[in-house]
Amino acid sequence: MARLLALIVFLTACHTCAHAQGATQNFSLIERGRYLTTLGDCAGCHTVPGGEPFAGGVALQTPFGTLVAPNITPDTDTGIGNWSDDEFVSALQEGRGRNGTRLYPAMPYTAYTKMSRDDILAIRAYLATVAPVHHKVDANQLPFPFNIRLAMLFWNWVNFTPGRFVADAHQSAEWNRGAYLVQGPGHCGTCHTPKTVLGGDKTDAPLAGATLQGWFAPNITADLHKGIGKWSKDDLIEYLKTGANRATLASGPMAEAVTHSTSQMDDADVAAIATYLLDTGNGPDNKPAPIAADNPTMTAGAAIYKDACAPCHQDNGRGAAKLFPRLAGSALVQSDDPATLGRIVLEGSRAVATDSAPTAPAMPAFDWRLSDDQVAAVLTYIRNSWGNAASAVTGATIAKQRTSLARSR
Amino acid sequence: MARKLPAKDVVVIGLGWTGSILSYHLAKAGLDVVAIERGPWRDTATDFPPAYAQDELRYAVRLDLFLRPAQETLTFRNKADQTALPIRNFAGFLPGNGVGGAGIHWNGQTWRFLPTDFRLRSHLTERYGASMLPEDMTIQDWPVSYDELEPYYDRFEKLCGTSGKAGNLKGVKQEGGNPFEGWRSAEYPTPPLKQGLGAMLFADAARKLGHSPFPQPASNLSEPYTNPLGIRMGQCSYCGFCERFGCGNYSKSSPQTCVLPALLRLQNFTAQTESEVLRINLDSTGKRATGVTYVDTSGTEWEQPADIVLLCAFALFNVQLMLISGIGKPYDPVSGQGVVGRNYAYQTTSSVSIILKDKVLNPFIATGAHGMIIDDYNGDNFDHTNLGFVGGGYMGASQTNGRPIQTRPVPKGTPKWGAAWKKATAETYQHGYSLSTHGSSYSYRDCWLDLDPTYKDRMGRPLMRMTFDFHENELKMSAFLTERLADIAKAMNPTEIEPHPRKGPYDSTIYQTTHNTGGTVMGDDPKTSVLNRYCQSWDVHNLFIPGGASVFPQNHGYNPTNTVGALAFWTADAITQRYLKHPGPLV
Repeated sequence: MARLLALIVFLTACHTCAHAQGATQNFSLIERGRYLTTLGDCAGCHTVPGGEPFAGGVALQTPFGTLVAPNITPDTDTGIGNWSDDEFVSALQEGRGRNGTRLYPAMPYTAYTKMSRDDILAIRAYLATVAPVHHKVDANQLPFPFNIRLAMLFWNWVNFTPGRFVADAHQSAEWNRGAYLVQGPGHCGTCHTPKTVLGGDKTDAPLAGATLQGWFAPNITADLHKGIGKWSKDDLIEYLKTGANRATLASGPMAEAVTHSTSQMDDADVAAIATYLLDTGNGPDNKPAPIAADNPTMTAGAAIYKDACAPCHQDNGRGAAKLFPRLAGSALVQSDDPATLGRIVLEGSRAVATDSAPTAPAMPAFDWRLSDDQVAAVLTYIRNSWGNAASAVTGATIAKQRTSLARSR
Repeated sequence: MARKLPAKDVVVIGLGWTGSILSYHLAKAGLDVVAIERGPWRDTATDFPPAYAQDELRYAVRLDLFLRPAQETLTFRNKADQTALPIRNFAGFLPGNGVGGAGIHWNGQTWRFLPTDFRLRSHLTERYGASMLPEDMTIQDWPVSYDELEPYYDRFEKLCGTSGKAGNLKGVKQEGGNPFEGWRSAEYPTPPLKQGLGAMLFADAARKLGHSPFPQPASNLSEPYTNPLGIRMGQCSYCGFCERFGCGNYSKSSPQTCVLPALLRLQNFTAQTESEVLRINLDSTGKRATGVTYVDTSGTEWEQPADIVLLCAFALFNVQLMLISGIGKPYDPVSGQGVVGRNYAYQTTSSVSIILKDKVLNPFIATGAHGMIIDDYNGDNFDHTNLGFVGGGYMGASQTNGRPIQTRPVPKGTPKWGAAWKKATAETYQHGYSLSTHGSSYSYRDCWLDLDPTYKDRMGRPLMRMTFDFHENELKMSAFLTERLADIAKAMNPTEIEPHPRKGPYDSTIYQTTHNTGGTVMGDDPKTSVLNRYCQSWDVHNLFIPGGASVFPQNHGYNPTNTVGALAFWTADAITQRYLKHPGPLV
């Protein structure tokens, strides 16, 4: 019976999506669309881990409340099977869905607006080929007043500049390809660009790092102190392709981005991203003075480090390449917001596994063993040792983080 | 009535070293593989996190990672005229449980057997004459030679990233390595570990007496390493929590650290944990295995059909499953006929404890395969004429840890408890050291494994019965080795020295080693072996026991894991390169 129902649903879907039928024969277009969904990491939000592809259901915790990624399979009832091409293009370029419904910018139309209509229709052609799944998603779970979609009219007016990507004639083709991927389908800024109080991008500091979902997405500009300016192009390529390089390993939300998107990208595209990123935001090494080693918090932190951290990260903070992240010289370690550091020490974190770097080592949780002040002391120590320099972390910051992590479990 | 599952190409019983190596290679070859593991899933990062893994009470005293006797045990006796009783607390040896098996809780000591070990009976007979061997000693030649196995030793060492110093590279002796070892095609994957003071003092004394000490080969890595599967390992932190522990530093080799991250990425591999295989099923001819039947934690029985069955459990349980499944003729010690359960052997260990009052030894800075060793008295590396025994072992300073609960050296005559004991233990901890010998255990007609006539396990299957005792040959060997070790110990100028040669009878309540060997021996003759040279059952051609220590014809003076791993690679090659092309007996 279930099979019969599925057949009926399938037939209905095909009947009503006649506009896509021409496209289903166009292999090159579909293949390009499949690759673009990889570049855009559509599955990252629209596929629940282990669930039906693109059937929606991943809940995004925003500062304003919960949004759930909708079903974008060709199902006519609960997916996008009935959408016209114009409606689909408008959703990605203008943030306006079916019948002009205003989308929330958790859907990164602020980035996808850089994409061409052709690229977006390629995605559309690919999505028309995936299995239609009947799965109703209640996307808007925001509390009042944020649940009023019309509010996005105002938000867009303040925060959103629609418009396609324009190449910089002074830069190389590779640089421009990288810029397009980073600003457009790759939507790196969605996580990595600091946000205004309204949740819009701070346009004066693109990719300079931002806090979301309890993680600090680090500065990925070429800033020598706070960014990845000390990484070589090969370091960055290796990180994006494999999830690990000599300095660090991807974990947290970036692990998902590596798994679904960057590790699946063509080598030329990864190289283009690296070329572009290593040419952004590079300024002077504006490093603060480190906290003195004889500061009581530092000496306490040093003792905790020796006991709990040094076996893997080494006394010299250098760790082991592709296994235990290097703390000495790490931009993430020295970032203004220690959210990721605190989180990793409190609840641990597992690195991504890829075919070329399958180990997936993990940092154990220390929340049961270290007090707030102890976590703060050891973080202050690693932020100000081996040439590192950054503000002290307070016990109060860790206490707050501990509470919010406990709440989100 | 078992519920029947869809057929697989390969079913693997037990996901330890041999199970994971075979699963990886056969899944890589495109076969659909399922591994069924009696114990729980265990993962390096989440099960052995360094935040709490160094818990001596939990792991070393309460034996957290080991098999619980309530789940499965065996009965034991020394002699055939005794009644065997169930082991209710594992003590003399400790069977592992769960994914990784003994490959989790081992120390990391990664030895190759000697070339002469592989043709033991022929070699000893040629050199000393047949009369040198006791009449009831049932040692036999291996069906593979050292030369054949060398590339596979190399592969296992590269999988583990083993640290050490070669003593013989392609026949050329190397300064600083083991001068007695068989030729090696390559240097160890990583350089030797750093040594502690105790080991260095031993090495100095041994050198003075004309010996050639060398660092023990260790799968506790001296530096970060990437193995051929692309898996990264870290540098050992010398924490001294190896044996009985898992290593969350990624520095002690184990199936979960060295194989599983790559194996789990293969879509044609699945693992079924917390499920115990009850028996291997045979077709009506009894010549072909049809798969296995296992029971999960809910008590549901499942039949898993498969074209190839790989028996990869711990040595003792390989034997038990063969006996329960009725594969191969059970061994009868009276007639000497039969093969399954024959040639069970163990290991003959001993020690010399010393106290060096004027030295601070920091024994807690250690690893499981730490130490400086001499191999002058192993196998037939020395002339046995007129010694009255055959066999031998390595010896040296290989104290694996200084863990506070169980490392309590005290001078002779110290009370066993109370204020005087406390005072002595505090005063001696930094100065006490244990030197040890690791001797062979040759096989005998009256040492064997069979099914117990009385006691049954929770599933109503007969428990396996072990009948074992040390023989005069081994006790003489142990006395000789312990004396030689004491000679070197004396040259270290100890304030106190106490040799502990192995004495009989074998006491299964005192921990000695978990090196149980034999019972499903590999050989050239079906009358004296269960498996042919490719670890394939003589009777059931689609059943292999790919290198568990149960295939050893006797046990030599080394730890078994490297040979187990080498035979796993050897069998994987035999299956992928020979058996898959022509399924049937390979010999």
